[in-house]
Amino acid sequence: MGKINEDLVHITDGIKYIPGASALVAPLNKVINWGRAGSIWPATFGLACCAIEMMVAGSATNDLDRFGIIFRASPRQADCLILAGTITKKMAPVVRRVYDQMPEPRYVLAMGSCACTGGVFDTYSVVQGANEFLPVDVYIPGCPPRPEALLEGLMKLQEKIMQEQGRWSQFA
Amino acid sequence: MESIRIAEDLEKHFPDSILEIQVHRGQFSAIVAQEFILEMCQFLKEKHKMNHLNCLTGVDNLTRKGKHFERFEVIYQLYSIEHRVGLRLKAQVKDSDNPCIDSITSLWTGADWLEREAFDLLGISFNNHPNLKRVLTPDDWEGHPLQKTYKLKGNTEWSGFTDLKEKFKQLSQFDFQNTHVQEGTQAND
Amino acid sequence: MTETTTLSVPVTQGDEDKYKLRMGPQHPATHGVLRVDLELDGETILDCYPQVGYLHRGFEKLAENRTYAQNLVLTDRLDYMAAMANNVGYCEAVEKLLDINVSERAKFLRVMVCEMARLTSHLLWLATHALDIGAMTVFLYAFRERETLMELFAELCGSRLTNTYTRLGGVRQDVTHEIMMKLDRFVNEFPACIAEYETLIDTNRIWLKRTVGIAPVSAEMGLDLCLTGASLRGSGVDYDVRKHMPYAAYDQLDFEVPLGETGDIYARYRIRMEEMLQSNIILRQCIEKMPPGSIVGDDAPDLIMPTIPQKKVTPDTSAHQGLIKLIDDRNVYMEGDVYVATEVPKGELGFYFVSDSKGKPYRMHIRSPSFIHIGALQTLGKGVMVADLIAIIGTLDVVLGECDR
Repeated sequence: MGKINEDLVHITDGIKYIPGASALVAPLNKVINWGRAGSIWPATFGLACCAIEMMVAGSATNDLDRFGIIFRASPRQADCLILAGTITKKMAPVVRRVYDQMPEPRYVLAMGSCACTGGVFDTYSVVQGANEFLPVDVYIPGCPPRPEALLEGLMKLQEKIMQEQGRWSQFA
Repeated sequence: MESIRIAEDLEKHFPDSILEIQVHRGQFSAIVAQEFILEMCQFLKEKHKMNHLNCLTGVDNLTRKGKHFERFEVIYQLYSIEHRVGLRLKAQVKDSDNPCIDSITSLWTGADWLEREAFDLLGISFNNHPNLKRVLTPDDWEGHPLQKTYKLKGNTEWSGFTDLKEKFKQLSQFDFQNTHVQEGTQAND
Repeated sequence: MTETTTLSVPVTQGDEDKYKLRMGPQHPATHGVLRVDLELDGETILDCYPQVGYLHRGFEKLAENRTYAQNLVLTDRLDYMAAMANNVGYCEAVEKLLDINVSERAKFLRVMVCEMARLTSHLLWLATHALDIGAMTVFLYAFRERETLMELFAELCGSRLTNTYTRLGGVRQDVTHEIMMKLDRFVNEFPACIAEYETLIDTNRIWLKRTVGIAPVSAEMGLDLCLTGASLRGSGVDYDVRKHMPYAAYDQLDFEVPLGETGDIYARYRIRMEEMLQSNIILRQCIEKMPPGSIVGDDAPDLIMPTIPQKKVTPDTSAHQGLIKLIDDRNVYMEGDVYVATEVPKGELGFYFVSDSKGKPYRMHIRSPSFIHIGALQTLGKGVMVADLIAIIGTLDVVLGECDR
């Protein structure tokens, strides 16, 4: 056994390669997080202006597919909710319901000033920030953020996912 | 025919209802009493071919002073596509506690939603409206936002939203907590 | 609204075969947060009740609490597919109310950005409408040209989507030579792009089956429903605000208003394609006829950025107090009301202002075409199939930000 351990090729922190066997040795956390970070599937949920920039990010110029990000029409198949736009009080219960329908693990991106803080709309009908009723992971500022900013936000989410510990079991 | 001729013709047919004819920046408007508003619109639509309803809205005149102004007025902006001429009617709604005016949905089906909006945001009721319900705010919303007594941030919180916040508080205990935090990273909230 | 909301469709006894379906507000084909309550008999829609307000942000109330210049940024968020056109519409209305003159160059610049906005809006409409009906490729092609225009906007005023380019009395910034060169190149190339979209769609049998003869609107019906824009012109009614009540420099430009006959979805599609070509012609004229001179009217109140040298900044106080002082001098804020309409890509966008001689609007009403078009859905949606309803929502070209305000 000691012999095998010495033969393993160190790749990166905690990940080793077994020569000749086409296999890797790695902690489960890392493998799962790597898989998740490379396949973020957001639910298509355009609320307002930012949705247009979200569409631009998904179209040919910026091409989200290369990050493994594929928009899903159903929240049941999604694991990321991009809140692209102003959330009104009438809409908030619907947003929450869409979030509740998503399976774990799930992440929330607040895209744009309105979703982050309410933006210019400090009025009777606008929710002042999505964190009043949802756990938000990444905030993307801008009104609206450029598609590049959305990409940056998604990459920040990937970084965050990579740092998670034991999100695959209740017992970890 | 110009706007002023049409306004004069309207005054000829409804002498008691026209309170004043105004002109501001070249746009003519007639301040009218609320009683014959449906007939007036019908008259303009049929005789003067004002077949396009540009705009229908309400104004709360609580803090504005004027000669004929009542608390609420309803604005009808009409336009004749054939003659390329427009006229604005400003109907004064008498009862300030329970404002009520005749609906013009029998003339324009499109007025349906515009009247619902005026009802929703200003609290003006429309007689004979087929489906007078709130349109922009939720059905159980309190108050009418565009009234001058309504604060910008709202007078009371909507019950649906307080319920949601309560639910968020209850459900947040089941959220994932990143307990095994590595050094230099932040906990998942 | 709680989790146990019931449908607002009235329930009648003895209709066991019928069922109710709530489409939206989270639905990819409703172009935002529109909800439609349907009563169905199989695939056929018996009753259709659109529900809006999921994006009601309180524009009109907010506008009463802000000055005229501050409200300009709100108008971007109305119809976010053509923010420039909204800016122009707002400024035209306020300039009418406050009697501010616009310089000749600014008028042409406004027409230019308006038509660019019309192109971006129509391209987005084409992309999403085709996507809804089942033609994916058009989406990718249309977004290619749209990106060019968006980047031109960004170069012109620093923002892609929410531009806030116009100012009361003029525009924010002058165009550079590079922008005009890029626009010139775009204008030269664009007709070929239109032809490209048409090869993708016009001979597509699925597209024709799903558009020709679906949901026809007669001229009387269109007027009765208060439709405007391409939705009304598809029925053959010659009503274009650019021709009827010319604003900016439209009376100095030569263009045609395309009219349809049948009023079905295909007719409206043709109208919008023709409109894009006409916009291209207008852009060409703008490039050629662009007059030299100031981009802000000479007597405009000092509401633009005080860094622009030719504007007089009141020497005594800060910008805010200076604004008030200048306006008191000119007595700009008179009591009165105006209704000013402009032709935005969606239809007739009207602003109704009431002023009570103070620095803020007493009442600002936005006559948004989308709100009225969604109201018309109630009538148009009756008796069609569910799949056609998607096509009808697409063809009315609604945007919920403008609808709910």
